[in-house]
Amino acid sequence: MNLTMVVNGSSHELDVAPHSLLLDVLRDSLDLKGAKRSCDTQVCGACTVLVDGQAVSACTYLAVEADGCSVLTVEGLADGEALDPLQRAFLDAGAVQCGFCTSGMLLTARALLRENAAPSREDILHYLRGSLCRCTGYRKIVEAIMTAARTTR
Amino acid sequence: MSARPLRVVGRPVPRVDGLEKVTGRARYVTDLVIPGMAHARVMRSPYAHARVRRVDVTRARALTGVLAALCGADLTWCEPYYGPAYRDRPVLAIDVARYEGEPVAAVAAVDEATADAALDLIEVDYEPLPPVITLEEALAPGAPLVHTGKPQAGIFADLSTLRPEPGTNICHQFHFARGDSAGALASADLVLDDTYRFPPVQHYAMEPHAAVAVWSETDGLTIWASSQNPYSVRVELAKMFDVPLARIRVVVPHLGGGFGSKTYAKLEPLAAALARAAGRPVRLAASVAEAFQTVRRCAARVHVRVGFRRDGALVAVECDADYDVGAYADIGPRVVQKGTYTATGPYRVPHVELAARAVYTNTTPGGAFRGFGVPQLAWALESLVDAAADRLGRDPVELRRQNFLAHGEEFAPGDTPIDGKLEESLSRAAEAIGWTRASAADRGRGVAAMLKASVAPSVSEAIVRLHTDGSVSVLASAVEMGQGTRTVLAQIAAEVLCVLLARVTVVQPDTAVTPYDQTTSSSRSTTMTGRAVQVASEDVREQLLRITAEALGVATRDLTLDEGAVVAPARRLPYAEVLLLRFGMSGGELIGRGVIAPGRTAAPLGGSTPFWEMAVGAAEVSVDEETGAVRVERYVSVADVGRAVNPLLLEGQDEGGVVQGLGHTLLEEMLYADGHLLNGTLLLYRVPRADDAPEALECHFVENADGSGPFGAKGAGEGSLIPVSPAVANALARLTGVRLRDLPLTPERVWRALRARR
Repeated sequence: MNLTMVVNGSSHELDVAPHSLLLDVLRDSLDLKGAKRSCDTQVCGACTVLVDGQAVSACTYLAVEADGCSVLTVEGLADGEALDPLQRAFLDAGAVQCGFCTSGMLLTARALLRENAAPSREDILHYLRGSLCRCTGYRKIVEAIMTAARTTR
Repeated sequence: MSARPLRVVGRPVPRVDGLEKVTGRARYVTDLVIPGMAHARVMRSPYAHARVRRVDVTRARALTGVLAALCGADLTWCEPYYGPAYRDRPVLAIDVARYEGEPVAAVAAVDEATADAALDLIEVDYEPLPPVITLEEALAPGAPLVHTGKPQAGIFADLSTLRPEPGTNICHQFHFARGDSAGALASADLVLDDTYRFPPVQHYAMEPHAAVAVWSETDGLTIWASSQNPYSVRVELAKMFDVPLARIRVVVPHLGGGFGSKTYAKLEPLAAALARAAGRPVRLAASVAEAFQTVRRCAARVHVRVGFRRDGALVAVECDADYDVGAYADIGPRVVQKGTYTATGPYRVPHVELAARAVYTNTTPGGAFRGFGVPQLAWALESLVDAAADRLGRDPVELRRQNFLAHGEEFAPGDTPIDGKLEESLSRAAEAIGWTRASAADRGRGVAAMLKASVAPSVSEAIVRLHTDGSVSVLASAVEMGQGTRTVLAQIAAEVLCVLLARVTVVQPDTAVTPYDQTTSSSRSTTMTGRAVQVASEDVREQLLRITAEALGVATRDLTLDEGAVVAPARRLPYAEVLLLRFGMSGGELIGRGVIAPGRTAAPLGGSTPFWEMAVGAAEVSVDEETGAVRVERYVSVADVGRAVNPLLLEGQDEGGVVQGLGHTLLEEMLYADGHLLNGTLLLYRVPRADDAPEALECHFVENADGSGPFGAKGAGEGSLIPVSPAVANALARLTGVRLRDLPLTPERVWRALRARR
């Protein structure tokens, strides 16, 4: 099947199988390896990307569903060399350890801040229910998101 | 040179690999694409225990696009068994499948879809056998045996005295005693005797195991592996394929978490065998469901007797621990003996009798997992110390303080004296949790402490290269798996050589390039690999001073290093100029070497621990009496780390350790029924989420620069996890009067206990 997606601002015309997963198309066809495969069951959030601004689990999202949509992956988060405030805040807060959850966390947080520019701690905790991290204990991730929200406002 | 204030060690600098990680550019094994790479899939046993009568891969092999299809019987051209303690684990099941999920056959094909289709064409004739799933089943008289043959010893000297009990499922026994525990218990004023259980739990490193293997005539085998100890993997592969060590190259890119799950060979032998058979590079990437079928924490049943005098002195501990090591020993025997060795925790105990058994069952093999056998025993002992405090009418904090080992005190003859101040950790934890202040009526507080030895003896080597532009390469094989070792090693080299952190590059582990390091585990990297990097950097520093001194005709003692330059009384020579003096041209480099190899000692485990890891945890909990749900509202961890080389990363380690500990305390358990794992996916196996973490989580550090590592540092990162379970359970007991002995403290268990109390 043919589909057209704008990924990180660039338009792509792709020929994919009907059952192709968005995660595989991003990672294998477009060589965007930032989104990670972990749980395969929409639980962990490591594969989270934004489709028209909404956070989705690319591991369980058909590529054809993104036809005509705009997809944002972690590779498109920075503006050239200028980091997104979330990326900067994650670095400064020590919210990154092994890094395997990081791209999904960043995009989940980006979707949250788009919906709610001034989230409370509870808002963040609720939003992160679909994003697991096994390294950090989450405290620094929550802190980083709050910092990014403050600097973005 | 006179002592000067530290420039970069001790500072919370951001991690050196952070930018790569927040931009998605960091490459993990599963991100690698090697030209011509084939994709592997594994067929796994549906039975916990079965005779494998016949495996027929002919139809799979004939499928277009299939490059190799293997079963156990095909592996006649290599040594098909591996394992660090015993070589008891076949790459693919041979004659018998010993747990549900054991690899039975595997294929490599041009793509994953073809490999999947090929698996469907493999025929296996199984004859189900009765399995043993629990410790009780495995230890029952006449129990079915998981292994019947005599296993070969693995690769470690400290495990050369493995003691299996023939005709049973016991694959190793450990015994440690001093004094007269029976006599001491008989004359003790208070004896508590109880049994505690710790569940099998899954590491869930978010990146499942993966390997990409490629063979070449000239270089031998190159394998990119998600491994915490490439050098152990190298030994296994060299034995398996009868290839010189120099022709096995294990390369470790970024690791998506480890926690012990990626120690010792896991998928690497199978990936290498498939690549050999396929004549092509092969990528083998496990799913999370397959990670549940690869390794887990050893479950344990721990029977402990403690004896106290009326004045609160702990006089005797007896411990009988049975650890469930699953279907293959992996490193389980070392988990068992190292864990049991410190079953007395951080206390002075004159009379001790400790016994432990490693027991095979027909379940996923048990191996290393953060804490390495200690959490299982600390769960029992620290619960009992609180129960004893209650019976003696003593404050649990004060009872612990009374019995703590002192700084410099002997733990066991021949082993390293205690190198930290437990009382300082305890006081700070108690103060931070507000121990002496009344808690709210619906909150309870509890404390627990831990002591753990690191692996010994072990070896770490490092090479430091100073280039003509004054930049530095650090070659070391400590694996960066999130804990921050690359940053810490860079800080150490930058400190010694007086260069900016940005001028130091720590090369990723590659056994063809970076020198020997035994393992990235046991909290040892900062101390052992860090010391090797420090020594190698000092070697370069001495060369800089010597070259300058000779060229200028001054004494080395009159020279100092300052921001990338050697400073003489009248001159300042940037390193580039020093190298120019040495080589007479712009070229060459100064190479420093560091070797940390303390060797064997008379200590009970064969080597003296390079440091003691010690920590205290304090929890404040609430419980919903209607549902039994326990919530950890506040948690304080205090670890004695000697010196925090990077406080930001260290804090992150310990915060993560606490929350991982909350996992097995409140949520996690691999559940088996009829031999089948019921919850082997993240849909069914609940790990802590952000909203499970305590709202207030504080991690503090005791820093007295009394460690044997660089600048007085000691290992950390496991200590914060170990006190979590008993601290939470002690808090629950103090709040409700209910003491639970089985983890996790699920709402159902707590609710039932609360009901039984009424």
